[in-house]
Amino acid sequence: MKTRFDAIIIGGGILGVSTAYELAKAGLKDVCVIERHYLASGSTGRCGGGFRQQWSTEANTRLAMASVKRLEGIEEELGYQTEFFQGGYLILAHSDEDVEQFNKNVAMQQRLGLGVKTVTPDEAREIVPFLDQTKIKMATWCPTDGHISPFLLTQAYANAARRLGVEIHLWTTVTGLMKKSNTFFVMTDKGPYECQKLFNCAGSFARSIGEMLNVEIPVDPYRHEILVTEPVERLWNPMVISFGVGLYSRQEKNGGVVMGMGDPNEPVGTYVGSSMHFMYEMSRRFTTLFPKLSGLRIVRQWAGLYEMTADAQPILGPVDEVENFYQANGFSGHGLMLAPAVSQLLAELVTTGKTSMPIDDLHVRRFRGARTFHREKSVV
Amino acid sequence: MKIVCRCQDVTEEEVVAAIRQGATTIDEIKRLVRAGMGPCQGRTCRRLVSQIISRELKKPMAEIYPPTFRPPNRPVPFALVMAEYERQAAEDRKKAEKSARPDKAAKPAKEGKHP
Ligand SMILES: Cc1cc2nc3c(=O)[nH]c(=O)nc-3n(C[C@H](O)[C@H](O)[C@H](O)COP(=O)(O)OP(=O)(O)OC[C@H]3O[C@@H](n4cnc5c(N)ncnc54)[C@H](O)[C@@H]3O)c2cc1C
Ligand code: FES
Repeated sequence: MKTRFDAIIIGGGILGVSTAYELAKAGLKDVCVIERHYLASGSTGRCGGGFRQQWSTEANTRLAMASVKRLEGIEEELGYQTEFFQGGYLILAHSDEDVEQFNKNVAMQQRLGLGVKTVTPDEAREIVPFLDQTKIKMATWCPTDGHISPFLLTQAYANAARRLGVEIHLWTTVTGLMKKSNTFFVMTDKGPYECQKLFNCAGSFARSIGEMLNVEIPVDPYRHEILVTEPVERLWNPMVISFGVGLYSRQEKNGGVVMGMGDPNEPVGTYVGSSMHFMYEMSRRFTTLFPKLSGLRIVRQWAGLYEMTADAQPILGPVDEVENFYQANGFSGHGLMLAPAVSQLLAELVTTGKTSMPIDDLHVRRFRGARTFHREKSVV
Repeated sequence: MKIVCRCQDVTEEEVVAAIRQGATTIDEIKRLVRAGMGPCQGRTCRRLVSQIISRELKKPMAEIYPPTFRPPNRPVPFALVMAEYERQAAEDRKKAEKSARPDKAAKPAKEGKHP
């Protein structure tokens, strides 16, 4: 088995496989992905599958817009069906504060060229029937947002990467890292590897990979729970989000309604068991907005990890401490949707030294020393 | 054509195709072709899927990576979840009130694993 590569990527989630594909496509032929379990076994395989361009910071909005543009042609480019579907995102405003913030967001997003608008409670109910419109003051609506199957997208990138010669080594755990002159030595439970360029795409475990080279990568894992109901006839197409009530929900292609929420009391940790408390709280929140749907039956609940940074924005690019050690992690609960753009930018940086969109703001050095951050507000 | 998962209409060919793409676990097959994602949550098809993996990969059944079990055991409506949870919380509150030492009052809502 080959163990010497030009580039090694740690992590077989969406960031790992998309980065591998983009690197190979940009001409780096000798690339290997190392994943300790199977593809998408981390956050990616547990995620909600939504993609949206409605963000509160300009940087996130730009990145997400580039990603969606990319996703629109992804099935053709990768030659694989992914359940890509632009059903739109409807974001609900409950308070005057929400309304003020959302008006600001929409103005900024429109300035960047995004087709997004505000709608009245009645209009919102037309987009999402069964919504109790008395619970909202306004909503924002972007019809080109949507959702995609995370497993199929991961498989699509992985297959395409393999066709370009990328190797994917599953069931292999990275246990230690060392750098001598220009070579990285990657210790694994299956034996040692060597490479010239190293990518940390370990999601919620990015911090521990950084520590192996004495580089602080400030990413912390938080459990995030989610559930799905039995399949029912089509209720609506979009993803519905409420930061106020604290939930997001969409209907899958087969009819099951998926919903999840963030819990501010969740402690840092990698535990991904399911809780009764979540089942109750989710039921309560969902039926607050959709009282007529209280008879829907839950068939499955699960949890995954949000890989949080202090400003809820990803860590992307090189690090100052170790040359050729690249980061693409800390996506703070929205990595699936950013992966198509981010992986391409990273590959541009590595192969040409330049990027077609600025990514300096996402460099990990923003966390070095004391500073205050401009936090992304639109996170559920 | 042989149906492996009745809930989701998944055929043996589809499962085999997923294995040919590199899937080696029940969870991967669930995620790729939805076998096991139906209302019965794989109770009916799980064994069949493992048999196919075992046959295709020439691996004994015991060596196949076990699937994750995801609650609830049986489909349960939102309304019932809330009613049951609130009933339990009320019971806990009552117990707490009855208890002689008020400082040892039981917590109303309990975070915890499923039975
Ligand atoms: C419940 C939930 C809902 C979500 N909903 C959405 C959504 O709607 N839209 C969206 O865009 N995002 C969503 N997210 C976030 C999204 O899932 C993540 O941001 C994204 O999947 C991150 O991808 P990744 O490749 O960086 O990480 P992961 O998918 O976690 O991949 C990292 C991989 O690294 C591997 N690894 C770690 N350590 C090692 C090691 N030492 N050796 C070898 N391998 C290692 C892990 O096994 C893992 O497979 C959601 C997340 C959760 C939990
Ligand atoms: S038979 Fe496969 S999920 Fe029920």
